[in-house]
Amino acid sequence: MHMLTTVQSLPADLLEGLVTRDMVPEVATSRRSFLKASAIASAGLIIATYLPFAGKAQAASLNDPPMPNAFVKVGHDSSVTVIVKHLDKGQGVTTGFATIVAEELDAAWSQMTTAFAPADAKLYNNLFFGAIQGTGGSTSTANSWMQLRKAGAAARAMLVAAAAKAWNVPAGEITIKEGVIAHGSKSGHFGEFAAAAAKLPVPVDVKLKDPKDFKLIGTHVPRLDSVIKTTGKAVYSIDIRRPGMKTASLLHPSRFGATVKSVNDAEARKIAGVIDVVTIPQGVAVIAENTWAARQGQEALKVEWDDSKAEKRSSDAMFADYKKLAEQPGVVAFKAGDTDAALAKAAKVVDAEFQFPYLAHAPMEPLNCVIEKKADGTCEIWAGSQFQTIEQMTVAQVLGLKPEQVKINTVWAGGSFGRRATPNGDYFGEAAEILKATGGKYPVHLLYSREDDIKGGRYRPMFYHTVKAGLDDKGNLIAWQHRLVGQSFMFGTALEPFVVKDGVDATAVEGVADMPYAIPNLHADWQRTESPITTLWWRSVGHTHTAQAVEVMMDEIAHAAGQDPVAYRLALLKDHPRHAAVLQLAADKAGWSGDKLLAGKGRGIAVHESFSSYVAMVAEVTVAADGSVKVDRVVAAVDCGVAVNPDVIAAQVEGGIGYALGTALRDKITFTDGVVDQANFDTYEPLRMSDMPKVEVHIVPSNEAPTGIGEPGVPPTAPAVSNAIFAATGKRLRSLPLDFSSLKSS
Amino acid sequence: MIELSINGKAHQVDVPAEMPLLWVIRDVLNMTGTKFGCGQALCGACTVHLDGDPTRACQTQVGDAVGKKITTIEGVQGDVAKAVQTAWQKLDVVQCGYCQSGQIMSAIGLLSTNKKPTDADIDAAMDGNVCRCATYHRIRAAIHEASTMLG
Repeated sequence: MHMLTTVQSLPADLLEGLVTRDMVPEVATSRRSFLKASAIASAGLIIATYLPFAGKAQAASLNDPPMPNAFVKVGHDSSVTVIVKHLDKGQGVTTGFATIVAEELDAAWSQMTTAFAPADAKLYNNLFFGAIQGTGGSTSTANSWMQLRKAGAAARAMLVAAAAKAWNVPAGEITIKEGVIAHGSKSGHFGEFAAAAAKLPVPVDVKLKDPKDFKLIGTHVPRLDSVIKTTGKAVYSIDIRRPGMKTASLLHPSRFGATVKSVNDAEARKIAGVIDVVTIPQGVAVIAENTWAARQGQEALKVEWDDSKAEKRSSDAMFADYKKLAEQPGVVAFKAGDTDAALAKAAKVVDAEFQFPYLAHAPMEPLNCVIEKKADGTCEIWAGSQFQTIEQMTVAQVLGLKPEQVKINTVWAGGSFGRRATPNGDYFGEAAEILKATGGKYPVHLLYSREDDIKGGRYRPMFYHTVKAGLDDKGNLIAWQHRLVGQSFMFGTALEPFVVKDGVDATAVEGVADMPYAIPNLHADWQRTESPITTLWWRSVGHTHTAQAVEVMMDEIAHAAGQDPVAYRLALLKDHPRHAAVLQLAADKAGWSGDKLLAGKGRGIAVHESFSSYVAMVAEVTVAADGSVKVDRVVAAVDCGVAVNPDVIAAQVEGGIGYALGTALRDKITFTDGVVDQANFDTYEPLRMSDMPKVEVHIVPSNEAPTGIGEPGVPPTAPAVSNAIFAATGKRLRSLPLDFSSLKSS
Repeated sequence: MIELSINGKAHQVDVPAEMPLLWVIRDVLNMTGTKFGCGQALCGACTVHLDGDPTRACQTQVGDAVGKKITTIEGVQGDVAKAVQTAWQKLDVVQCGYCQSGQIMSAIGLLSTNKKPTDADIDAAMDGNVCRCATYHRIRAAIHEASTMLG
């Protein structure tokens, strides 16, 4: 049962600070006054819904009491504002959510706009995250699909009812097309009926559109953020300016686990523009009139660190430790049949090892947020906030406030790739500590430099895999033994109870423990390592390494069996039609069975499910005589359920391929005596224009509920490229980044 | 006092001559369309035009910009700028959008001197502009699209 109700008006302060397509200010003051005015003047119809979500993986929230969510606002000017509870860090949820609402509302695309929701877990929790408001795990569209369709349909029904009353005609005879409500010769726009509609009873049950009648979903609608992001008008937290605001730069210890022993800030304080230097638990902060002065101040600091509990190993030593650990069984993640016995009688055994380095996320907008103490003692934050509820709790704890006294204004985020969502509030906690240490005298803008970002940890953890696969004398895959060694970023956090089961962190073994291939004897276990080096989910999380290990192994096994890698996989995917379909589609579109490529070129394939979406890719590479590799083309096939915005989906897959290619070709974070070797984009060099292959994305038509797309484009990329290099050269590269030194032909 | 010409307007700023132009634009003049990405001229997020040439503002001392026409994303105009921004919007190039001011400034610079760039020309002109969302595929297409629009 779905109950709906209306809220007559939204408090003006709820709307303050929300950035929308048409509400982007030249200066902060005009935006604030405009929003206040618009909130008071045009709070026409606001739909709040009590919607226990009925999607899959929703068991936990179904048992919770229903919670109200306000998602759709129809203004007197006929604008339709979708309140977006997720962070848009480029993945396009604002456009996606507006599409879903506009579809059910029969609105014209030109009247759609969005605003980021305030931090309020009671209204805006992520249905996959229990009581937490946050964005991650490629859940946004899956979460909001039914929630927003119902909100849009309810708003439509109420507008129709208001028009029916005004015109004295049966509601059933009224039509809405592209935002025009009509009956016979009469017609009107949403704004004319918004106030009357808001006073009507809310439909208890609403009829949703039959998908065959969709006009916007599945088509290309222009992104709502294209104009502001091509004119310099989009406001990110780095662009927030508050009266009296100072910039803070934070020096972290160069070794993870170190703490401040002593600080000599005499030289830093001499820098023109430096106002204060404060020591907080996370490091030493320089507060200055502007970023340049703060940076100079940070460089002038002389800090002695206590390294007694710090990580002091180098990367080589860490991998040596991992390899030693891999000799011993870990905690069992999955077990079927008797793998040892099957391997013992196998006609052929293929074994391999894979190394994966730490990786930085390095979003283009360096981490930053603005924090301000209000006159009543509460505080206000502007940030590309991804885990609003956790950040509220973190800041509240530092400042001695209640979480609801921490007001977070979510703004556009310049990328994240997982970095902005942390189980402990991370840089929000640092900003709060600086605000506390400076007494709240002025608003503080904590801004990381690129070096602070790349050296700052919360990396994709380093991993080491060993795999043994057994084939019978006909080439059938009869056994697979897989050991993973690496850190968990879940143990010891508030998220541990949700993710760790029987000692296994699902995010460490996902993609291996649940691999789709029909293998009668499968054993996967995990050796958990520990280090003060901080780690975190990184776009597609465990799949970043497990897809490489599984899909490169499958290629090796197919070759060991003397069979075609596509046909071999398909035979093992009989119970997984969605995997098989994307695999076949990618192969067909790439001309897998067609003409042979020229010498020095090769094609490789990989398929992987992540976040309930299925992606297969064929990569084509050219390997030059000097061993250098150019990825020429990647053909991707995707099944992510109903494609709300096919072009946004294609963009996410294109971007996922580019993000993953950087890690295949060169990215790694390494350590020398515990100190990070990389610092900026010269030593941790992202993919550049000249590295980008041609990309084709093919979407499988589907009536299944939408699933994730922000991350699933990443996992198949590196194995498809690795397998293509094998096809081109006969040389098998397994570890990432790929080491091309063995590819030199002379 | 340093006098600057930005987007056709004169500005006086009381800052040291060695202060990076980026921070004068962003922190002193509060024009925030130009972005900070690396501080070392490695990513191109801070690209502005000095007398029409794409320049990394993070590694340009403000004193060296005196007497030059500084153009930021807020002030771009003309046929090339319009074609580039229109092509970007038509192809929905942006994702997070943070690097796109710099990408657009570099693309305008390229198309202002080379109306029909090849893929190799695009690589050469745009390789200094990092996009972590990897919108490169569409940036390339949008530059070709803008080139077509310009005739």
